Amino acid sequence: MSAPAATPEQVRTFDDVILRAEQVSKVYPGTVALDKVDFNVYRGKVNVLVGENGAGKSTLMKILAGVQQPTEGHLILEGEPIQPKSPREAEEMGIGIIYQELNLFPNLSVAENIFMAHELTAGGAVIHHGQQEERTRALLARLEQPISPKTLIQYLRIGQQQIVEIAKALALEVKILIMDEPTSALSTAEVEVLVRVIDELTASGVSIIYISHKLEELMQIGDYITVLRDGRKIAEAPMAEVDLPWIIERMVGRDTAASYRPPQHAVERELLRVEDITLPKYGGGFLLDHVSFTLRAGEVLGIYGLMGAGRTELFECLMGLHPMARGDVWLGGKKLEGQIDKRIKQGIMLIPEDRQREGLIPELSVADNMLLASLRNYLRGPYLSRAKEEAAINRLVRELAIKVSNVQNLISSLSGGNQQKVVVAKTLLTSPQVLLMDEPTRGIDVGAKEEIFDIMRKLAAQGLGVIFVSTELKEIMAMADRILVMSKGVITRELNRAEATQQALVEASAIGHELVRKDGSGNGGG
Amino acid sequence: MAEVKVQSTLEGSPLGQITKRRLTLRGLLLQLRAFIALILLYVFFALLSNAFVTQSNQVILAKQVAINAVLGIGMTFVILTGGIDLSVGSIVGLTGMVAGMLIHKGLILTPLDRVIYFNVWIIALIAIAVGMLVGLLNGILVTRFRVAPFIATLGTLYMARGLALLSNNGATFPNLIGKPELGNTGFPELGRGTLLGLPYSIWIMIGLALIAIFITGKTPFGRQVYAIGGNVRAAQLSGVRVKTVTMLTYVISGFCAAIVGLIISSQLVASHPATGDGFELNAIAAVVLGGTSLAGGRGTILGTIVGAFVVGVLRNGMVIEGVSSFWQMIITGGVIVLAVIIDQVQQRIQERSAA
Repeated sequence: MSAPAATPEQVRTFDDVILRAEQVSKVYPGTVALDKVDFNVYRGKVNVLVGENGAGKSTLMKILAGVQQPTEGHLILEGEPIQPKSPREAEEMGIGIIYQELNLFPNLSVAENIFMAHELTAGGAVIHHGQQEERTRALLARLEQPISPKTLIQYLRIGQQQIVEIAKALALEVKILIMDEPTSALSTAEVEVLVRVIDELTASGVSIIYISHKLEELMQIGDYITVLRDGRKIAEAPMAEVDLPWIIERMVGRDTAASYRPPQHAVERELLRVEDITLPKYGGGFLLDHVSFTLRAGEVLGIYGLMGAGRTELFECLMGLHPMARGDVWLGGKKLEGQIDKRIKQGIMLIPEDRQREGLIPELSVADNMLLASLRNYLRGPYLSRAKEEAAINRLVRELAIKVSNVQNLISSLSGGNQQKVVVAKTLLTSPQVLLMDEPTRGIDVGAKEEIFDIMRKLAAQGLGVIFVSTELKEIMAMADRILVMSKGVITRELNRAEATQQALVEASAIGHELVRKDGSGNGGG
Repeated sequence: MAEVKVQSTLEGSPLGQITKRRLTLRGLLLQLRAFIALILLYVFFALLSNAFVTQSNQVILAKQVAINAVLGIGMTFVILTGGIDLSVGSIVGLTGMVAGMLIHKGLILTPLDRVIYFNVWIIALIAIAVGMLVGLLNGILVTRFRVAPFIATLGTLYMARGLALLSNNGATFPNLIGKPELGNTGFPELGRGTLLGLPYSIWIMIGLALIAIFITGKTPFGRQVYAIGGNVRAAQLSGVRVKTVTMLTYVISGFCAAIVGLIISSQLVASHPATGDGFELNAIAAVVLGGTSLAGGRGTILGTIVGAFVVGVLRNGMVIEGVSSFWQMIITGGVIVLAVIIDQVQQRIQERSAA
């Protein structure tokens, strides 16, 4: 409830504004996404934009990047009014963007993706693959990622793909670079690399617009902060003059100091036993190397690890998605066997990492998405009973506080947080005993995150076993009763809540990664 | 269409109401555009010519539509999963030949030196089983062997047609009236008979359409078909048995094609091995005209039926008007492309209002 003493809204600064959005509005039928927003981008600085989902951040960025045109208002670039009609035009004006959702071609190589539509050619006709690969190698070295430029995107993990996105934007050599949640799939080490790259860029005069939901991270990186809420600009301030509560208060508009409450529930009998899960890697080695652990009823187990640690693969093995996997899983004393549909019936369910690609069916309504995994429960005779369906939908909409005006609307009409709640609802309707959550808070706003955490706590209190994977240390430490740290397919450390420190987690997650780092810095020097 | 409610600006509607579909007037017109086009087309030809609205022409029209609509129903299931079935025309030919052969020659059991003649009901069931078997083969190729649906069904298109030709060395089985002493008479009844003044084939279309509407809208299988077409990975992670469901859609398509094979050979009282050539494209046209996305996940059975009527009315009307068959092809092609363009525009409008 405490208002800050000084109001930093009046920005006194000698920094130079390179790009200014003036009174920009964007109206869609039925909604106002942006309402007369002013936004300043300072030259050579990191300009942070925050707001909850649906606040209008992405819309504003799409307008700056030429993807969409404002209904009202204008953009002024170095004193000249501009009206970019397409991303291409914006790029030519020196504005580049890294989108929140990955925009890569899985069937093409890293180098081909990076130079897509900007190919280096010989004589304007023939692609110069050698040059492209050389440039790509240099860009990836700068990002300290030893990926071969010839690797197809489909063989990369999501985090690596995100790094390719960043490399793609760097290749354009723009004056202004928009980063829409660039770190949402990156591990701590990769974020550090990104921060260094951002420092280099700003030192060379590039202006960064940075959007993220990780508030601590952007407080470290940012020079200026602008807060949007419900399509309006709420505040702008130099980062040095604000603190975390200030940001959260303006973003959410309510006090959220009660967040990250320690969960307290009795830890009971053993629910899940995982014995010796092994998953061979394509081309030798192991993605999962003899992984064993147990989960008790009512326990929240956190799994922490860097990219490629095998977290997602572990979940997929538990769900029976890898025919090559060996090892046993016991749920409530019974061995889990068969394909995923049989395992779901036995009481284990996965909330996948990539909501758009694995969690949702965009062509279907909110209701159909929610019911998909448990259709059997709504049968009356051979057909689906509307009444039973509605009862289930209403119960979950209420229990999870899903904000939806009409459950027959397409799922894509909801905000990220509410989409995630629909995925959670779908999962819960299968009545699982064990819930696997892969990055359950990826790309959703602070308010929705807390709601997801609340749901996790409630489920654990009801006796479910929850295993969740996160790349955010603070999240893991606040939520988990017990933490497993993975690195390169091995559980390197098991920590109780009491003994878990950030340092211990980071150290355990780096075991086996030493070589990669040496490689990265070696290339980065050249 | 039963639940039309004008968009209200009230927020936080009570939970009891949230499952009601809301449609704006413009949205409704767009949804019904194929139906509106059908009525306009019908009125247009009716005004142009008296011959179009005569009862006898209407029955001819309806019979033509029924054949395409039944194929379209099966095709809709396949296309909803994101697949395609090019083999249906050949299945029509093959199942007709199977029925013709069983009537004329019976089932020849060479090693036992015996010939078995079945009654027409059993013959119909065997023909249907053959159609479903080809569908099952399609499904196995697509799901177990991961052959692209286009290629898999292109292969079975050739194979089924080859089998149809092989069955009687490329010749027709004429005069399928059967013999009383063999107990296999009555086959032409399916094509000739009527109920309440309408030919059986139209009742079959109506019956199959109702069942298919029920399946797509009201059964877990139907929902899962849409889910697979929308996002196969998400469907799999939700426990949908993707392979089984996909395979079943091809079996349904084979079933529908077999029904058409029986109807046509019964109507002609003969089975010709080339019957059904090119029918797959008409069926796909009906499905697409009905607003089903070839990418899968979006579309309705009712749309396909309307689409089949649009194709049928257009063709029948043009024949009556004496439009040259060359122009008929050009106009039909134009209509299909136009329908898809309108569909794209509608999608864009919907997305914009959803964003």
